[in-house]
Amino acid sequence: MTTATQKQPPASDRHRNSTIRAVLSPWREVPFLGWLLGALAAVMLEHSVGSSLALTLGLRRIPVLFGFELMLKAPQHIPGMLVYLVLVYMLPAALVAVATRGLTNALAARLLQSPALSLAVHLVLLYGCMHFWCALSDYRYLVAQLALIAVMLTLSLNVINGYMGEFSCSHPGFMALGAYAASVLTVLLFVEDDVFGPPLLPPTLGPFLFPLALVAGGLVASLGALAVAIPSFRARGDYLGVITLAFTFVVKSLFENLEIVGGPRGFMNQPNWAGLPTVFVWAVVCVAVINNFVRSTFGKALNAVRDGETAAEAMTINTRRTKTVAFLSAAFWAGVAGGLFAHVVGYINPATFGAQKLAEVLAMVYFGGLNSVIGSIAGGLGLTLFSEMLRPLEVWKWVIIPMLLVLVMTRRPTGLIAFREFDALKLLGPRGRWEGGVQDGTAGG
Amino acid sequence: MALLEVEGMTHYFGGLRAVHNYNLQIQRGEIRGLIGPNGAGKTTIFNLITGIYRPTRGRIVFEGEDIVGLPPHRIAARGIARTFQNMLLWRHMTVLEHVKVAHYARIDYGLVGAFLGTPRRRRQEAEFEERSYELLRMMGVERFANKVITELPYGAQRRVEIARALATEPKLLLLDEPAAGMTPEEMIEMVDTIRRIHSMLGMAIFLIEHRMRVVMDLCETIQTLNFGEVIAEGTPDEIRNDPVVIEAYLGKEVVT
Ligand SMILES: Nc1ncnc2c1ncn2[C@@H]1O[C@H](COP(=O)(O)OP(=O)(O)OP(=O)(O)O)[C@@H](O)[C@H]1O
Ligand SMILES: [Mg+2]
Repeated sequence: MTTATQKQPPASDRHRNSTIRAVLSPWREVPFLGWLLGALAAVMLEHSVGSSLALTLGLRRIPVLFGFELMLKAPQHIPGMLVYLVLVYMLPAALVAVATRGLTNALAARLLQSPALSLAVHLVLLYGCMHFWCALSDYRYLVAQLALIAVMLTLSLNVINGYMGEFSCSHPGFMALGAYAASVLTVLLFVEDDVFGPPLLPPTLGPFLFPLALVAGGLVASLGALAVAIPSFRARGDYLGVITLAFTFVVKSLFENLEIVGGPRGFMNQPNWAGLPTVFVWAVVCVAVINNFVRSTFGKALNAVRDGETAAEAMTINTRRTKTVAFLSAAFWAGVAGGLFAHVVGYINPATFGAQKLAEVLAMVYFGGLNSVIGSIAGGLGLTLFSEMLRPLEVWKWVIIPMLLVLVMTRRPTGLIAFREFDALKLLGPRGRWEGGVQDGTAGG
Repeated sequence: MALLEVEGMTHYFGGLRAVHNYNLQIQRGEIRGLIGPNGAGKTTIFNLITGIYRPTRGRIVFEGEDIVGLPPHRIAARGIARTFQNMLLWRHMTVLEHVKVAHYARIDYGLVGAFLGTPRRRRQEAEFEERSYELLRMMGVERFANKVITELPYGAQRRVEIARALATEPKLLLLDEPAAGMTPEEMIEMVDTIRRIHSMLGMAIFLIEHRMRVVMDLCETIQTLNFGEVIAEGTPDEIRNDPVVIEAYLGKEVVT
């Protein structure tokens, strides 16, 4: 039935289709650079006139997370809110993006001649957007930090659950190891603390040595990961799932019983060194490194192990080494993310790293999409933002999010953007009629 | 010295004796066949040679070294590649990825290259890709390179599996019923292809096949297996006319 109508659309339909295409075509020609520029224009506009516009529209303050929380709390503000969103975000971003497309396309093509430069320019612009957006509210700043940390957790879990196809529940455990290890290091070395005493090193050195503390946290998590990597040589599927779950609970009860780090009461005093720029840089490095890995032949071996271990071995793949590298590297990034989390929040307790955290990270992985870097970015950012937006709904939030997840899972069992190769350079190229001039047209996977 | 030498190999599955006192010598570059009725133990012999099972008794010597007890990936890296009777392909991976990842043992950029993308890694990945395309071309499935394996017709999947095995640069290639489930035309093409890769790459081939046309056309010598024991060994002509072989097969299909 539908195919018949598609074959012979009525004349009016055809006409409408062509107008739609005519309206859409300038948008299709906007390169990623153009969208970044548009977004930057929008957030800068908000930065200068946002609060006065909000007052004019009868809103008490600027809509913090795109007005969602205000709309839920005070429905009478919905019209004002929508006007705000259109005037501040959509219109300026769209106009700038489309108007500058000639320029941005030319620039994107030029930049691609030096991929590193192109990446750097895009990242600076991206950070610029976040910077101006977050400058207006501490809450936004915190949400942005947590969202980036969520991306790191999601992507690293995807390495195991998506790329290697094991169902691992050990991520909260890895995160806890990294969080506690990094916290103990920074507090012991740089902070005056009741338990750990005076700082052992001059605190002014702290911010410079902070990356080392995070790396140490990551390495501790990797070491812990041996406890699941070794069983994974023999156990697979449900059995391994149970082992990884046990790991998380063992780590949690370990910290509950470790009085020196506060036991169940938790551990605080972490210095405030994980600002948005720091978290941003770590998240970018994490995405770049993991993306590099999963696109290499070494990384593809994970897929082979997932889809058939016998064949993988027969094709010279050392499956034990592959599993070890997958678990240890995933744990490393989860540990680094944990360390960042501890220093963003300034307080951790064992309960943070339990079943709820596990459910969150798993939801982000499966929502965003298995075996996909871009899916994990979307899942981590998307669910963090969404869950903050729904905060006013309180308990209902925990009805809506799982239902949404069920909906996604029934429609797309592998997630929204699953099995997609992420080639940043392809994303950054020119679009539309500017496309293809410089590129050599190599086919990608 | 023979490339592969198997001596007195016996294997039990619990109480079932699947292979009994099996001996084999394969010279470099030779094509050899293994036939026998269903359940005779042919696939088990492949699984024993490639290290999936460890023989209950016996020695397996490859290029002068005993390989019994080595993990399968080590045996494969030494130069024994194989295909599987029921095609063990990786269902989410593209054709090109199949062949590329089989270069695993040749990776020399290490973990640093894998995580950080060094120039050496870029060079080697490009090299793997080029060689993979070459092998796909050799097997006549280059046009499917960027398709996910499950989208391919059956015959093409079999060819990809062989290309994948070739990517490990084997000195000995084990083919488990390469023409199973193929039409007569496809079967003839497969025989041609096997002959071509053999003359181009020169490795020894040991193949299991039920279709007598295939074995008779390709192999210099043939072993016949029944209940895990070799009951006849010789040239295609000798095997074709051996009453013991005909008896084992109960006359079916042998002469075709
Ligand atoms: N993993 C196993 N566990 C127990 N028994 C097995 C196993 N693999 C094979 N067998 C048994 O060993 C015997 C030989 O099996 P094998 O698969 O080697 O036969 P084959 O000659 O390859 O037969 P076919 O022509 O059907 O492929 C059969 O009786 C089979 O049931
Ligand atoms: Mg068999």
